[in-house]
Amino acid sequence: MIELSNSTIWMIILLLGVGTLGLRYSFLGLLGGRELPEWVLRHLRYTAVGVLPALIAPLVVWPEATGGSLDPARLAAAAVTLAVGIWSKNALLSIICGGATLFGILALIG
Amino acid sequence: MLGSRHYWEGFRAGAPFLLVVVPFGMLFGVVGTEAGLDFAQVMGFSVLVIAGAAQFTAVQLMTEQAPVIVVLASALAVNLRMAMYSAAMAPHLGSLPVWRKALAAYFMVDQTFAVASQRFDSPPELTSIQKFAFFVGALSPVCLPWYAATWFGAEVGGRIPPGYALDFAIPITFLALIGPALRTVAHVAAAGTAVLCALLFVNLPFSLGTIVAACIAIMVGARVELWQTRSTQP
Repeated sequence: MIELSNSTIWMIILLLGVGTLGLRYSFLGLLGGRELPEWVLRHLRYTAVGVLPALIAPLVVWPEATGGSLDPARLAAAAVTLAVGIWSKNALLSIICGGATLFGILALIG
Repeated sequence: MLGSRHYWEGFRAGAPFLLVVVPFGMLFGVVGTEAGLDFAQVMGFSVLVIAGAAQFTAVQLMTEQAPVIVVLASALAVNLRMAMYSAAMAPHLGSLPVWRKALAAYFMVDQTFAVASQRFDSPPELTSIQKFAFFVGALSPVCLPWYAATWFGAEVGGRIPPGYALDFAIPITFLALIGPALRTVAHVAAAGTAVLCALLFVNLPFSLGTIVAACIAIMVGARVELWQTRSTQP
């Protein structure tokens, strides 16, 4: 659960909104037709595949719901989601398969 | 604008993404509400930030009691790719008046960028005002349902009893985004590095593990790409 005060949460939302709009407006509005150097573009291409796995890896291996111990249902669900995503390139199908795996195994064990 | 041929061409190009945007928006509404955000805050995220992955990142780190600066840095890192989109759109939309550029910037999400860049780089060539009409067309079925879906998810979220394993909604959502993004060896290397480093650095204070692991992963991805282009060029 989030334990921050309401004003802190709103501050996060506003700063995140301003920062994101700034990134989106940056080259379009302020920097005009200036081209990004190749080495910057090369790093920017990997921001999403760098941040997203880093955020969730600990959540997959040590889930909060099981008190931090490895959980076969969640591990299997994670593997299925990733595999379907790589194979089908379809994010929605991956979520459905991953969710079905999780609920299926939990129902079988539970 | 709404009557123009280019608006509807954009609308048709964006429409298939409804199938992705609606479930993601609903999921954010549910997850945000379950995490303890009130209705206005959940909507505030989807209206003011309007970037799904960054919103999920912020909510996850907030539930981990990460410091505000770490929440902001991590979520903005997820959105750094938007600067790349902005640079790619500058030659197409850069000559428009400020308010139109600001509007296009606000609605510059993965899906609108994808259909716009695909269309703008292929014939027949459009004028910048026609490109803007196409972009507004593309964002209509993508961004407007995003608000409604979040609204619906937040309404429903409060009524889902605990015990439905919703703790795992964010990992599954992100894994579903990562799979299709693993297009090259460099992307796989970056993602693999991110996982390894995040597990190694899990005990770093202030939830810094995520951002440190991400920085290393981004450098590894860029380095591997460099090796690959060098080895394929004579």
